[in-house]
Amino acid sequence: MSEAVAPTSLSAKLTFNWRALTPLLLVAPLVLFLLVFYAFPVMAMLLRSVAEPTWTLSNYVALSGDSVFLHVFWTTLRTAIAVTAGCLLLGFPVALTLARPGRTASIALIVVLLPFWTSILVRSYAWMVLLGRHGLLNEALLTAGAIDRPLRILNTSIAVHIAMIHILLPYMILPIANVLRQIDPSLARAALGLGATPFRVFREIVLPLSMPGVAAGVLLVFVLSLGFYITPALVGGPRDMTVSMLIAQQVDQLNWPYAACLSTALLVVTLAIMALFQFAFGVGRALRVAER
Amino acid sequence: MRLVVPLILLVMIAPIVVVIVLSFSSAGYLTFPPPAFGVRWYQAYLGSRDWLAATALSIEVAIAVVVLATVLGTLAAMGLARLPAMARLLAAGLILSPLIMPVIIVAIGLYYAFARFGLVGTPLGLVLAHTCLAVPFVVTSVGASLARLDRRLEMASLGLGATPLGTFRQVTLPLILPGVLVGALFAFITSFDELVVALFLSGADAVTLPRRMWEDLRYALDPTIAAVSTLTIAVTVPPLLWAHWSRRRSG
Repeated sequence: MSEAVAPTSLSAKLTFNWRALTPLLLVAPLVLFLLVFYAFPVMAMLLRSVAEPTWTLSNYVALSGDSVFLHVFWTTLRTAIAVTAGCLLLGFPVALTLARPGRTASIALIVVLLPFWTSILVRSYAWMVLLGRHGLLNEALLTAGAIDRPLRILNTSIAVHIAMIHILLPYMILPIANVLRQIDPSLARAALGLGATPFRVFREIVLPLSMPGVAAGVLLVFVLSLGFYITPALVGGPRDMTVSMLIAQQVDQLNWPYAACLSTALLVVTLAIMALFQFAFGVGRALRVAER
Repeated sequence: MRLVVPLILLVMIAPIVVVIVLSFSSAGYLTFPPPAFGVRWYQAYLGSRDWLAATALSIEVAIAVVVLATVLGTLAAMGLARLPAMARLLAAGLILSPLIMPVIIVAIGLYYAFARFGLVGTPLGLVLAHTCLAVPFVVTSVGASLARLDRRLEMASLGLGATPLGTFRQVTLPLILPGVLVGALFAFITSFDELVVALFLSGADAVTLPRRMWEDLRYALDPTIAAVSTLTIAVTVPPLLWAHWSRRRSG
């Protein structure tokens, strides 16, 4: 009898194991692909920061006293802060408009999405055309008689700020609008009915309840602007070099240990900011709105 | 307040409108408004073998990326939800990390590794790299469709004697198809518009369209780039509009 039972239980066991393994087998091809063509190569490159000339931390020690690095890192950080502040200031009113139901909101949404769907390269080119010495802005101001000589805007940090705010604004607007849409409208009605002014309703109801969206938008814009490369390279000047540009330059000069150090520093700062936001606001949802 | 928002929206859309209008300029230099309209910059684009070769390469690479990223991403999205919590966290972390990883780090990391295997300057190198960047969009899009899927339909199909593969083909796939298509669309655009990785992996022999535009932009603001920009907008925006509207309709 035992001989008859054994194969059945064995096959039942096998089927069970096979079922449990299915999710793993579905995920495995992508995980292996990413490990081979993404994670291992990036880690091997980052390791060069501590493996050359021999196993050492001297590359990082040198970094902390390197004036070029400190200057570039500070520029990148300052730009990210200014761009985030600019996006928040300009994005919040637009998000309020998007959150109101109606035709205006759907038109506004398309206006926000169109630039969002246009490549960063094309948008940077557009700002080169607009802000150049003989660009449209200068031509318009000259024609209007507002200025005598063309303003120097392109290849300055002002141009970098303008173009980056333009490119990153949707990342601020969309998460805030998403959160605003979920606010129960009866809260505002109740407050108004109880005699609150519209400003007080905004300050005490809308603003506090919008905070998860604001946190997600700020995190996205800040983290993305830390890694910017194309836009500052095209519209900025030599003084507007970002960490990403410095990394590219060092790779061109085959200075791999230095480039690897810079990459590690950039990555650590990015991860630290994400961890900080996760800890302070629980912004797990921020990544979901990164979806275009 | 009434005026501020329209003004911001105007500034957001203006650069794109300007580029589109300029691309139809008859002038030999950038001036706005154009003295007259014409298609000479489109003719310049169509008459240039370099531009056309770069366009063809970009489209080929993007199509290969769509196939790879959609297949790998859809399978992974289906498995991900049923993994044990710890394994799911690790796998999702790896799969989604290209969204926040500064792209220059990916670019030089792959450049460093691919150079050893002769993959720099080849379309294959670009396809492999772009697939890594595109896959998070497929996984999130298919994942959202799966979350809305009524699992009882799959169980009913299995209970009525369909094989797991038959159930996937005839029940699951048709229901998550919108999510798969949107993911495939994002994968296409991610590759088609990608520049930073292409700067390092294109070499001299696999020059994509964004890479070609970048090279031109460093020398002159030739209006041909306005025409190319308008064409890329025409390729990417209408399908995204379609995806946007179809997603809204389906709620």
